[in-house]
Amino acid sequence: MSAHAHDHVEDHHDDHGHHHKETFVTKYIFSQDHKMISKQYLITGLFMGIIGIAMSLLFRFQLAWPDKQFTFYEVFLGKWGEDGIMDPSVYLALVTIHGTIMVFFVLTAGLSGTFSNLLIPLQIGARDMASGFLNMISYWLFFLSSVIMVLSLFVEAGPASAGWTIYPPLSALPQAIPGSGTGMTLWLVSMAIFIASSLLGSLNYIVTVINLRTKGMSMTRLPLTIWAFFITAVIGVVSFPVLLSAALLLIMDRSFGTSFFLSDIYIAGEVLHNQGGSPVLFEHLFWFLGHPEVYIVLLPALGITSEIIATNSRKPIFGYRAMVASILAIAFLSTIVWGHHMFISGMNPFLGSVFTFTTLLIAIPSAVKAFNYITTLWKGNLQLNPAMLFSIGLVSTFITGGLTGILLGDSALDINVHDTYFVVAHFHLVMGISALYGLFAGVYHWFPKMFESRMMNKNLGYVHFWITAIGAYGVFFPMHFIGMAGLPRRYYTNTEFPYFDDLTDVNVVITFFALFSAAGQVVFLYNFIHSIFYGKKGPQNPWNSNTMEWTAPIKHIHGNWDGPIPHVYRWAYDYSKLNKDETDYVVPGQDYVPQTLPLQDNEEELNH
Amino acid sequence: MTAFLVVLVIILFGVAVMQMGKIFQLSKPKSDPNSEVANDKDNNINGWLMIMFVLFIYVLSIICFWKWGNVMLPESASEHGIGIDQLWLYSMILIFVVGIITQWLLHYFAFKYRGRKGQRATFYADNDKLEFIWTIIPVIVLAGLIIYGLFTWTDIMNIEEDEDTLVVELYAYQFDWRARYAGADNTLGEANVRLIEGVNILGVDTSDPNSQDDVIVNELHLPVGRQVLFKMRSQDVLHSAYMPHFRAQMNCVPGMITQFAFTPTKTTLEMRESEEMIDKVNRINAIRTEKSKELIAQGDEALESYVFDYLLLCNKICGNNHYNMQMKIVVETEEEYEAWIAQQATLAKSLQQ
Repeated sequence: MSAHAHDHVEDHHDDHGHHHKETFVTKYIFSQDHKMISKQYLITGLFMGIIGIAMSLLFRFQLAWPDKQFTFYEVFLGKWGEDGIMDPSVYLALVTIHGTIMVFFVLTAGLSGTFSNLLIPLQIGARDMASGFLNMISYWLFFLSSVIMVLSLFVEAGPASAGWTIYPPLSALPQAIPGSGTGMTLWLVSMAIFIASSLLGSLNYIVTVINLRTKGMSMTRLPLTIWAFFITAVIGVVSFPVLLSAALLLIMDRSFGTSFFLSDIYIAGEVLHNQGGSPVLFEHLFWFLGHPEVYIVLLPALGITSEIIATNSRKPIFGYRAMVASILAIAFLSTIVWGHHMFISGMNPFLGSVFTFTTLLIAIPSAVKAFNYITTLWKGNLQLNPAMLFSIGLVSTFITGGLTGILLGDSALDINVHDTYFVVAHFHLVMGISALYGLFAGVYHWFPKMFESRMMNKNLGYVHFWITAIGAYGVFFPMHFIGMAGLPRRYYTNTEFPYFDDLTDVNVVITFFALFSAAGQVVFLYNFIHSIFYGKKGPQNPWNSNTMEWTAPIKHIHGNWDGPIPHVYRWAYDYSKLNKDETDYVVPGQDYVPQTLPLQDNEEELNH
Repeated sequence: MTAFLVVLVIILFGVAVMQMGKIFQLSKPKSDPNSEVANDKDNNINGWLMIMFVLFIYVLSIICFWKWGNVMLPESASEHGIGIDQLWLYSMILIFVVGIITQWLLHYFAFKYRGRKGQRATFYADNDKLEFIWTIIPVIVLAGLIIYGLFTWTDIMNIEEDEDTLVVELYAYQFDWRARYAGADNTLGEANVRLIEGVNILGVDTSDPNSQDDVIVNELHLPVGRQVLFKMRSQDVLHSAYMPHFRAQMNCVPGMITQFAFTPTKTTLEMRESEEMIDKVNRINAIRTEKSKELIAQGDEALESYVFDYLLLCNKICGNNHYNMQMKIVVETEEEYEAWIAQQATLAKSLQQ
């Protein structure tokens, strides 16, 4: 019955292109084709990334030279940068929006949105997503939320500035900070729409992976990219609705006089009527999403890395089943560790013990992943393409950032470094930089798939990687030290504390490295835009990869494959597999065996 | 702000196109379809760069420790802080050992197995024994850390009060702190923000007999060697009472009372005279003198010379002046403390005035 229905769908798709003329609008704007939607996600994400990174440069200037005046503050910040002096309120706005944009708009939508859309149908052998229409809606909701977030920068009292975690009462009361007026309203509206977009996307990914795999593509033959995207979508569906409820309750507290998060407040000379709510409740709701969010950002990057490291090492990924198991373990644990953001929030200390326990457990699957990556490199024949460099870079920052997580996850140690720059350094390395590396790796690797065989320039790619790698460590390694010196984050300046005067030169060094890395991103942007139009055309399967997307025709067609969808006969990692006599590779002279190639007479069947 | 986006986009894209045009010229595409795929030369260069990069990470760590090792917090000035510092040290040693080894393996393999034409990769898909080993080792090590951490945490957070414990309320509001001492009865009077009126800025219930001898001050004095139990309140938004030298921190939450306790072990004077602190203060004053010269040249006032004092900082974003919400902490001998507190006016007295 189901097989019958499946054939029917295929037939429909096969002649789809013949009797529909695509117009400009249906092809480039309101496209339902997953390949186009993935490009839309990527370009929107990169655009938001430019804004987010530019903001970080502005506040890095302020932190390094708090008593200097810079005319460009006035150019960029207008009335908040008069005479070249940055206003404290806009400093807080910059860090808030930088965080929001980078976490949600770049690393959630830009990374997972782009590559889930591009790769899920192509790597499992499907014509498109389960619902092309919902997929289109998902992108346009994301676009709308991006527009609202950007518009919120221009409101009279300034954008949201209560930190990206928007803890009430600060975010609930315009009397407390100017950004909690219209700016905060727009932030909440934008995020509510973003969550709707993310949910539509995630449900689509889940249904597609479960239902639309081609014949022979069992779950244990899925490339690790798909496993990562699939589980990421599941975590998203579990946790994003909780953030939506937190946002809705906050909207009610702000606009309709409820007291979910507010109690006993005296501000601006008067007592508020609110009674009985608790900000700690908001923290629970926020971090119930907020922590899984870290893995929503990171897992796709790890999936991409697994695929790229195996392909470019010309070796199977080491311990495929262990990799899948650790993705599952990380996903499960990620939903029960949120309290480690709240050790000193006033939460019962016993809960702190429980969350320390679960948090440190998550280091185990993470360690397994790191060891497996390293073993995959061992005795390989590494093709050091830019995507491969970024993948190795990811493993490096993932290890460094992950290790400091062992300190922060320990409730006793967290007491003294909580909310200091030590935390900032930790999470930027482990989720910010690592996930960005995953994004870059993915862009370099699948650029030919996205832009019909055009390739990005490799030398510019190398320049981009090495600048970024040096810059990222240069920014975040020294940052641990100012954290260990006890310097709180989100301080507009620390000149009010002579005790911190000796940290100024560390801040200057960090800012120099930040500027250096940002310059590297300009190289990337140039390479990206230039290659879209003038990139050299490469072969159909430039990296000699096993996965199915490279069997699809170069020219994008709606439905992905001309004619029937190929079947799958093996897992995705038969790189450098030898024949029975070990005289040559399974396919003579070719060190890879595409998933679509049936089992050969001269090879052994292995169960992975 | 209006110009922000427009200018941003124009500049970034403009610079991108112009500057990179030059770089791109240097890497002219060749006619080979595989010209953008790494060849042996690329593998070789980047392999060597990988080795240099891992050395860069090591050198960076060494430089950071050498140059900035002395900016870190001095030895803990509280009893429980010693435990935290010890756990911190052990964990640090552990993560450095693991970090140095794994980073080396990662980059060294990237160098050693860099691709060459004709080199055959080893088909090595899994090994249950290896997987078991590197699952079980983290399990054992982390179990140790978890148990050690939990004992430390429980010791700190399970507060055992005795008769000697000094009860102090820390009261946070935008953007300052107040401390309320419980007075002779060592019991704080009830309080609620709804009772804030005039000089009664903490909203203390004046009809509560316990509140009569409460003392409200804006400088925290603590007797050395005596446990202090802090009861924290906030008047408006979340704040966090952070006392880094005592390894102490707790959020102040409107609508609830949070608590943290510690025993200070070093007086302010002792801390000032420690070698580490003398060094640090000298360094800071050298920087300040340097800065003062600049300021004087511009016709401004010189900076005051710095003397060390313990600090209470706000460590939870709380508004525009979050960066300057501080209170001085003085740790002194029991006698000095008694003399100081005797001079302060009780609530009953200040309300009469």
